[in-house]
Amino acid sequence: MSLTLTPNFSEPGKRYFRAFSPGDDFYEMLIDAHRDLDDEKSAMLNAQLILLLANHIGDLSVLREALARAREGAV
Amino acid sequence: MLKTYTYPKFAYVQPQEQKERVARRYPVVIVGAGPVGLAAAIDCRLHGIPVVLLDEDDTVSIGSRGVCYAKRALEILDRLGVGERVVQKGVSWNVGRTFFHEEEVFNFNLLPEPDHKRPGMINLQQYYLEQYLVERCVELGVDLRWKNRVVSVQRMSDQVRLTIETPDGTYGIEADWLIAADGAKSPIRKLMGLEVEGKIFHDRFLIADVVMKADFPAERWFWFHPPFHPGQSVLLHKQADNVWRIDFQLGWDADPEAEKKPEKVIPRIKAMLGDEREFELEWVSVYTFQCRRMQEFRHGRVLFVGDAAHQVSPFGARGANSGIQDADNLIWKLKLVMDGKAPEKLLDTYSSERVAAADENLMNSTRSTDFITPKSNTSRLFRNAVLTLAEHHAFGRALVNSGRLSVPAFLVESPLNTADEDEFAGRMVPGAPMDDAPVGLEDGGKGWLLDQIGGQGFQLLYFTDVAERLGDKLERLRELTVDAVPVEPVVVSEKAGRLDGARVLHDLMHLVAKRYDAREGSVYLLRPDQHVVARWRRFDAHKVRAAVARATCNI
Repeated sequence: MSLTLTPNFSEPGKRYFRAFSPGDDFYEMLIDAHRDLDDEKSAMLNAQLILLLANHIGDLSVLREALARAREGAV
Repeated sequence: MLKTYTYPKFAYVQPQEQKERVARRYPVVIVGAGPVGLAAAIDCRLHGIPVVLLDEDDTVSIGSRGVCYAKRALEILDRLGVGERVVQKGVSWNVGRTFFHEEEVFNFNLLPEPDHKRPGMINLQQYYLEQYLVERCVELGVDLRWKNRVVSVQRMSDQVRLTIETPDGTYGIEADWLIAADGAKSPIRKLMGLEVEGKIFHDRFLIADVVMKADFPAERWFWFHPPFHPGQSVLLHKQADNVWRIDFQLGWDADPEAEKKPEKVIPRIKAMLGDEREFELEWVSVYTFQCRRMQEFRHGRVLFVGDAAHQVSPFGARGANSGIQDADNLIWKLKLVMDGKAPEKLLDTYSSERVAAADENLMNSTRSTDFITPKSNTSRLFRNAVLTLAEHHAFGRALVNSGRLSVPAFLVESPLNTADEDEFAGRMVPGAPMDDAPVGLEDGGKGWLLDQIGGQGFQLLYFTDVAERLGDKLERLRELTVDAVPVEPVVVSEKAGRLDGARVLHDLMHLVAKRYDAREGSVYLLRPDQHVVARWRRFDAHKVRAAVARATCNI
């Protein structure tokens, strides 16, 4: 499996009438999760989130590709 | 400053009853001649309701204000009779460019959906829209009263009494129904002591209407954190008459009076254009906004519409567009109630349906606001990460939220809908705003489904291959036209045809059947505001009547 780079958000059983809705739903959840946290706590949340998601994905080839893409944009 | 538009000055005429010192009673009084009040007044007249429209001013919107009119609003304006003028005068744009720092991160081409009459949106200064609506009101005999300001509201069980101030003093008026379309600061809402709840965004925006002397592409440009305006966002949008709208995010600490001064505005625009292209300022304003709504839009005989009922951030153009949809939802219901054909509680569904739509609009515009103006370091970090990923990856582009195009709500939770009992694919579910499609007319001409449907009453689309083979079903369909709440059958036929006693629309590109997932004998029951309310695979008059009863609260 390779890293999915096209829009891929959805929720089982939920019907979306607009293409932008599931991605916006996710983004709002993400920002809400950080509400009222200081920068240090936010960074801790992000780190844990990455570890949780990485374990969920599991496939090291996918994670390797994601890490490479993320590093490209950061440096 | 330059003037590309001459503001009309509408004549104040002293109301007859003020001269005669008698209070008159009217079936409907509307307060506020903005786009929403004007649209409501026109719709009343199209339903044969006499209407008085009061406005405290005597001209149209000053400055461009609402500039984007989306597809659904244009379809409603078509029904009201001003859609074509608005589209002809307005400008269409397809290409949008998004910049982050110095770089263009991506661009998109917002091609109009093929085989729909109206595009996703057009840009037009609000004063043009209001002028066209006023002219249509005059044509239809709306009793328009300029320089009439409401100073008191007295609610009774069977009427609303208003005291109105004019240049000649005060007078009283009685209304069976009052529609408050008096804007975000709604004096009617205040006079009635009603709350509007939500949040204030601590940010200020400078908007300037600029007349460009040189060519500039008809594109929408959106900058996040540009070098000429670090840390903030900027939007450039084309309007009619070569006037461009520029929005600068200023931040909460900016001084609105200082920012409005040409000596402050002009250098900002010069830095943005990055060259010596000539321009002139036409209008400048600094605004803040709130995202909030009233708990209920109906208070007895007072119905709140548009900004008076709900306010959103400007990102995504959900102000006037959703207000026009409020009027579209309200007036057919009011007509049924006034005629004694539906109980008053039908008007409660105006409130519940439009509250649901307002919540969707509030959600989408708040999300855009949070993306465009992040409120924390982490929020800004994620926003910038999305913009960085957007340059290379489609999923990142999909997350960039510089304002989602205003689209109508699917009223799927409405109590007026009859739930599906048959299987249908696609999105034309009960509660859906109708999809448009090209149709052939009986005179051989080409038209559009949405121009042929909606307005006065309920309609039933009956899908068939050959209209002439309907046989005795036609008689059964025609019986619906003499019900207390009549239903007009409209036959959608794969082959061109004609029938005595029912209109036939030729599905010339087979797109109506496709978009509605219809087969031989499928029927769709439609509300006067062009929403699907029920559908079946086979016509059954009992089921249609039960669905009409449900859709009018007559059960």
